[in-house]
Amino acid sequence: MSDTNLMTRPTPVTTEPRLARHILIGTVVTLIAALLFAPLMAVFAEALRQGWAASFEGLTSPDARAAMRLTLIVAAVVVPLNAVFGIAAAWAITRFDFRGKAFLITLIDLPFSVSPVVAGLALVLLFGANSWLGAWLIDHDLRIVFAFPGILLATLFVTFPFVARELIPVMMEQGRAEEEAALTLGAGGWRIFFTVTLPNIRWALLYGVLLCNARAMGEFGAVAVVSGKIRGETTTMPIMIEMLYNEYLSVAAFSLAAALALLALVTLLLKSLLEWRYADLLAITRRH
Amino acid sequence: MIHTISLGTHVLAQGTFIRKLGDGRIEIDTGGQRLAGTPVAGPLSAPRSGSPLRRLMSAPRWKGGLFAALSAIPLAFAAATAPRAQEASEILNVSYDPTREFYRQYNTLFRDWWASQGHEEVTLRQSHGGSGGQARSVIDGLEATVVTLALSADISAIAERTGKIPADWQTRLPHNSSPYTSTIVFLVRDGNPKAIADWDDLTRDDVQVITPNPKTSGGARWNFMAAWAWALKEHDGDEQAARDYMTALFHNVPVLDTGARGATNTFTQRGIGDVLLAWENEAFLALAEQGDAAFDIVVPSVSVLAEPPVTLVDGNIRSDAQRAAAEAYLTHLYSPEAQALALRNFYRAWDTSAASEEDISRFPAVERLSIDAFGGWALVQPTFFGDGGVFDQIYEGQ
Amino acid sequence: MRAGYLSAPSPLPGFGLSFGITISILSITVLLPIAALVGHGLGIGAADLWEVISARRIRAALALSFRAALAASVFNLVFGLALAWALVRYRFWGRRLIDAAIDLPFALPTAVAGIALTALYAPSGVFGQLLSPLGIQIAYTETGIWLALIFIGLPFVVRTVQPVIEEIDREVEEASATLGARRTYTLRRVILPMLTPALLTGFALALARSFGEYGSVIFIAGNLPFQTEIAPLLIVIRLEEYNYDAATAIGLAMLLISFAMLLTINAIQIWSRRRIGNV
Repeated sequence: MSDTNLMTRPTPVTTEPRLARHILIGTVVTLIAALLFAPLMAVFAEALRQGWAASFEGLTSPDARAAMRLTLIVAAVVVPLNAVFGIAAAWAITRFDFRGKAFLITLIDLPFSVSPVVAGLALVLLFGANSWLGAWLIDHDLRIVFAFPGILLATLFVTFPFVARELIPVMMEQGRAEEEAALTLGAGGWRIFFTVTLPNIRWALLYGVLLCNARAMGEFGAVAVVSGKIRGETTTMPIMIEMLYNEYLSVAAFSLAAALALLALVTLLLKSLLEWRYADLLAITRRH
Repeated sequence: MIHTISLGTHVLAQGTFIRKLGDGRIEIDTGGQRLAGTPVAGPLSAPRSGSPLRRLMSAPRWKGGLFAALSAIPLAFAAATAPRAQEASEILNVSYDPTREFYRQYNTLFRDWWASQGHEEVTLRQSHGGSGGQARSVIDGLEATVVTLALSADISAIAERTGKIPADWQTRLPHNSSPYTSTIVFLVRDGNPKAIADWDDLTRDDVQVITPNPKTSGGARWNFMAAWAWALKEHDGDEQAARDYMTALFHNVPVLDTGARGATNTFTQRGIGDVLLAWENEAFLALAEQGDAAFDIVVPSVSVLAEPPVTLVDGNIRSDAQRAAAEAYLTHLYSPEAQALALRNFYRAWDTSAASEEDISRFPAVERLSIDAFGGWALVQPTFFGDGGVFDQIYEGQ
Repeated sequence: MRAGYLSAPSPLPGFGLSFGITISILSITVLLPIAALVGHGLGIGAADLWEVISARRIRAALALSFRAALAASVFNLVFGLALAWALVRYRFWGRRLIDAAIDLPFALPTAVAGIALTALYAPSGVFGQLLSPLGIQIAYTETGIWLALIFIGLPFVVRTVQPVIEEIDREVEEASATLGARRTYTLRRVILPMLTPALLTGFALALARSFGEYGSVIFIAGNLPFQTEIAPLLIVIRLEEYNYDAATAIGLAMLLISFAMLLTINAIQIWSRRRIGNV
């Protein structure tokens, strides 16, 4: 972007008057500070209320460590699965025509709108001991709810649309001309994907993956219903935070929450830095 | 002969003619591969059915999908690794929120005692959450070995709905299967500025009361019944007068938190309300955490005998060894050492022989009415807290 | 060339594979649980379902959830657009930090967000102290629910609109200016139509997400029946009563409402894409 040019130009036509800009920036920054940064600060303030040592102690307890491990494992399984799904869904939806496309997109969006509590309830109705499927699985010693698979399914459910939702608009925008050109040059399906499509969508993909990761680590409602809350075993970080909070261990609870927020902020800053570092490259891929 | 064809919308390709396809398109050889498309000079009736790339698309179009679908199913179930089935000497204690400290200490105590009796070492697993939610998890298949919940209605619900616990479970252990008890007290701000002394002060216009929602919190159900006990006694058993009192009381409730901890937090941290109805053990805990200077405990003239019961989930027992360990886990709760531990954690336990004087003398004298005076939880739960029960009527009537 | 995009057959390979993966993962993770929910609902019977849903208290809760979600999403629509515009077009101190922090509501566990917001906006909190002398109470009122839902839905509009603003070719604006259009006219008649599909998507997602939000709201709402009791809380209450049928009924009602909202907006979008081309 040619900011410097815009500044030196006497009457820039593609920007707003100075006053309007300043008012807009001022409003945006104020609201963001009150809505986003203040709660974040509150979390950190609570975490550090009794000093760094107490907060560190909260983070290194065996239960907290087990919770972090479980959360990371869940994210490590859910994110690649959702990435594969997102790419497949975006490819099918943006590169082909079929009946019921709007319906399919709506189905993909559905987890956004289903209350996490309802999602958990649905999983319990499906796999709980009182359903025939659940009873059959328990007879065969397969545990879904109140065990790792249930947590996984709940997380998968709530993070389901993230990658697909990022990729679909970008791939629609790009159209399929480049892929078709590659096809005439003799490239096979996988080759087209890896040499043409993937480079075009990698920023959107990265972004979707980061969002999916953040949400996978932070999900509470749906997981709470199917977790069973067995200390050190089926407690993810958000569940652990709630448990600690309910046990009057505010410092430990908020330390864990701060760790989670920090984890998310670091990944997001990383993304910003990558974007900044590869800004030129990005501009090229976006323009063409 | 070289032909030019159009692939889809964007791209043209040239190659030698191979054959004509039925739908007006032709197939060409571009030198390395065969492509099908609409001839540019030919009739431009772009076909909707079928796809231009027959060789790549036609036959395996659905086969690939089928393959992917089939391979995804085991993928989902591969994740369903069977978690370790309960080992012989493993106990999962499903409990409610405020007992964490107590059971952490008790688990250590029991583990050592059990080993000292010459038994195989036992693995103790612990789950904590809201009492009702925990009961629901057990109903839905959480494999609890023992349950230690906030009120007997929750355990009875498990017994009723799963048959994993016999109906007469509450007679299996002494004191209604409650190794420790508690009661409901008032927590007020330092110096008691609103001069709150008893239940009738709570319906004054200038008093705001904080209590969690009885629908979602076990403790709040004890709060409700404590108030009810007083109102019924005050009005000589006049139920309508008691209902009017409860309506007036909840009229003074500005926030209904979903859990006991949320309500405590609303009162202590957010500064909302003049009086908090709380478990006695939670009130002591709040004092311990916030310091004595911030709050005072007020003991009402009448309160309720809150009995958090414990029992074995027979249906989840896998072996005799496990049963022996689990039964010992529960009966040992009545041992002098365990009782002393409960007293230290602000619960009113029965056996004071091993407890320190400080832990015993802490508890003020209070008249505690048993829930049996109202027909027991089996009757109280549906009448008061069921759908359309007394609590719902308080709000429906407004 | 993009106008015909949807009606042309595609020469590209991989439809079967990608469609197969999409449908199978969709089935296992989303459709199967939803089917279990719907199946359970059908087992209850339409009359009983209706009886549960039409109760005054549940209607009040559903109406509150919808009203608050709508208010928060409309706010997010306007604010999100302003924010996305500022982030893409202006350079100011802290821009990158704000850009990175937009996604925070996704990452922070909702309960933590609820507790933190309540701490700030309760009468004893930092902002609450400033507002309560003015007679404004936020926590434990409907306004508190709005606040929590604004927080939850904020990233949706920003993140869907931001890439589209980045894509806008400044030549279009310059052309508009050279033709004598004022800046406001250009923004209204040239830029806004280009952003409309993305704005709609973001609005729909924010609306749907905040309609079902539970974790953050219960801390800042007073949870008083008929006043500040949201529909998801009623589901939890019914579950605590072991009343799976009633919980399913409310869950289905919410599902239907949000599904209808999403379907409408997706249809509008595909229709507008077809009409004005891909922007």
